[in-house]
Amino acid sequence: MPILDHLWIILALPLAGAAINGLLGKNWPKVAINSVGIGSVSLSFLSVLEAIREFSLLPADQFAFFKNYFNWIVAGSFKVDFALQMDHLTIVMLLVVTFVSLLVHIYSVGYMAHDEGYYRFFAYMNLFVFFMLTLVLAANIVLMFVGWEGVGLCSYLLIGFWFLKQSAISAGKKAFLTTRIGDFGFTIGILLLFWTFSSVDFGTVFAKAANMPAESATQAGVLTWICLLLFAGAIGKSAQLPLYVWLPDAMEGPTPVSALIHAATMVTAGVYMVARMHPLFSRAPIAMFVVALVGAVTAFYAATIALVQTDIKKVLAYSTVSQLGYMFLGCGVGAYAAGIFHLMTHAFFKGLLFLAAGSVIHAMGGEQDMRLMGGLRKQIPATYWTMFIATLAIAGIPGFAGFFSKDEILDAAGSGPHANITFWLLGLAAAGLTSFYMFRLIFLTFFGKPRFDEHEVHVHESPRNMTVPLMILAFLSIVGGWFAAPHLLGKTDYFEAFLHPVFSAYGVPPGIEQGASLAGAAGEAGGISPSPAMELFHALTGPPVILAVIGLLVAWWFYIRRPDAPKKLAERVHGLYTLLLNKYYVDEIYAILFIRPFLWISTNVLWHVVDERVIDGTVNGFADVAREAGGQARELQSGNARSYATWVVIGAVGFTALMLGVWGMVR
Amino acid sequence: MSIVPISYYLVLSAILFGLGVVAFVFKRNIITIFMAIELMLNAVNLAFVAFARAWNQLDGLVFVFFVIVVAAAEAAVGLAIVITIYQNRHSLNIERVNLLKL
Repeated sequence: MPILDHLWIILALPLAGAAINGLLGKNWPKVAINSVGIGSVSLSFLSVLEAIREFSLLPADQFAFFKNYFNWIVAGSFKVDFALQMDHLTIVMLLVVTFVSLLVHIYSVGYMAHDEGYYRFFAYMNLFVFFMLTLVLAANIVLMFVGWEGVGLCSYLLIGFWFLKQSAISAGKKAFLTTRIGDFGFTIGILLLFWTFSSVDFGTVFAKAANMPAESATQAGVLTWICLLLFAGAIGKSAQLPLYVWLPDAMEGPTPVSALIHAATMVTAGVYMVARMHPLFSRAPIAMFVVALVGAVTAFYAATIALVQTDIKKVLAYSTVSQLGYMFLGCGVGAYAAGIFHLMTHAFFKGLLFLAAGSVIHAMGGEQDMRLMGGLRKQIPATYWTMFIATLAIAGIPGFAGFFSKDEILDAAGSGPHANITFWLLGLAAAGLTSFYMFRLIFLTFFGKPRFDEHEVHVHESPRNMTVPLMILAFLSIVGGWFAAPHLLGKTDYFEAFLHPVFSAYGVPPGIEQGASLAGAAGEAGGISPSPAMELFHALTGPPVILAVIGLLVAWWFYIRRPDAPKKLAERVHGLYTLLLNKYYVDEIYAILFIRPFLWISTNVLWHVVDERVIDGTVNGFADVAREAGGQARELQSGNARSYATWVVIGAVGFTALMLGVWGMVR
Repeated sequence: MSIVPISYYLVLSAILFGLGVVAFVFKRNIITIFMAIELMLNAVNLAFVAFARAWNQLDGLVFVFFVIVVAAAEAAVGLAIVITIYQNRHSLNIERVNLLKL
């Protein structure tokens, strides 16, 4: 089994690509940079496919393939291996990461064509793919943390890619520092994990955790603390409340970066981590509740901000925050498979939305404000149609990918074993808002009359290497959810069945059923088994669908039928509108609550007192003492030979006296 | 025949050494200073010989030979330096050799 035994090849290919392009590519022609950058990712993708084929040949009872390559850290009883593992969850992530990366790389050839730092861009992107794959393939939490921090680094580098722009630098810094707050918790979580289980290997830890009883829902035990600390890292990395503020600013980076890192892959790392650590989370009800709470509130909260944003990428950024909230809501109510399912479909349609938005910006010559667009439908049809499909998918229109995954999450939140009616309502409301703001984006951008000077802006469709990835992603945004389609007829959900070995491997604590849809068969257990047609009817006319359609209609009313209505409404509820437009003033509140006090303390205490007085004072003090002593001792070296002679005599007399004294004592 | 006690030799050695030290510190002529050093060395030699004789051991005599050899080598180098100083300064006054003064 050539690839499965050498899983490191999947990692090494993008790393080699990054090294070659980054170190040597500065003066290379674009063709060479393209072949290295795209070639390494596509080879990595093919290796993943081959590894999956080999994985499927393993005996059926082996649910995870594990391979240790070398001992990385050995210190007493603390041991970390460079070990990779592959199971069904990894397969889903590997496919999503490598395939979306490949498409984004191809797209970037067109999008970044006129950029100075072409080679740098591809080197960073390849490096990102390397770290993301490390995160996904790691078989222990320390190696996972390496990938976790590595993608954070690449995110920082790529947000600040145009480093001559002050706003881009600040955004990169903000992203790095904000996620660092969460990672602080993550690090302590790792330490607590090792302290509890004396191991950092997923397999060992989970096997030990499987023998532990579930903790009570009222008192936090050690599992709860581990989970909450790890989840703090996920809050930072996946941009949840209250640490979501970096993601909207991260839109300063090039659009392919937003598509790959800040929509499809990196920001979903937190969801993957929670799903990976499910044996711990499932036994910590308080942590689960917190995950679901943060997810549901974020889903709703970010959607409300997205309603009034005017920058096309900002709308998508808040939409991403909201959709990530959905994923956490799914995980928090125990439907890990649904969370991962939404992760996958979201990677397709949100990646597509960002790439299409990039194509729109490209067509408009750099304009990002939707108020200055309009009527682009005819001029850039390929972009329009693909973006429209992605919008249908994210809004949850039946038949498209987002419908299936969002439906499963809401289903689990509403009727699963951890159902919570408040979370369900928040999720539903967010679904309606999502539909509204996405169709608002479509209508403002592509419909109506052009609101820009048509003599100034020459709208043009993007080149083929940008539109083809859009079409592939559009295709996936349609069919990507069909694995789950039989579920609507009361049959197997193939996606969930695929992940079932992972999520059932470490047993379920008593009293908790895993997988909402598996438990969704409870209706049958109750003796009432609705006919497939009825189930289909219910699914297609359920509250999420109704709300999605309402959202669409409201958006249509506001932006097509009565284009002057939004302004009137904004004037009538002026306070609320201003609040949303300014994103609830969260950045300003953080500035007052945290940034300014910290800056004040840093400047007036840490800088002027601790650094200048204490540290510099100590060092300068030593220097002053040495200089003073030297100045005094310098007088001895008078340059006068007779004074030297005197010193020699004094020394000889002194030495003799000393010797006599010592001799006297010895005797 | 009575043997001269060792203390006589040592007192003489100490007097010679003290004279050497005083000359070494207070004289201005480089050659005089040089001679003062020789005087001190020979005072030490006298003490060595006296001890060797008193305890019938050869170690002291061996030391004396070494001291004489060192003194000869020192005289060769030292006189060369003295000549160079004179060529440069046209004087043998030690006070004039003060280029390294502060």
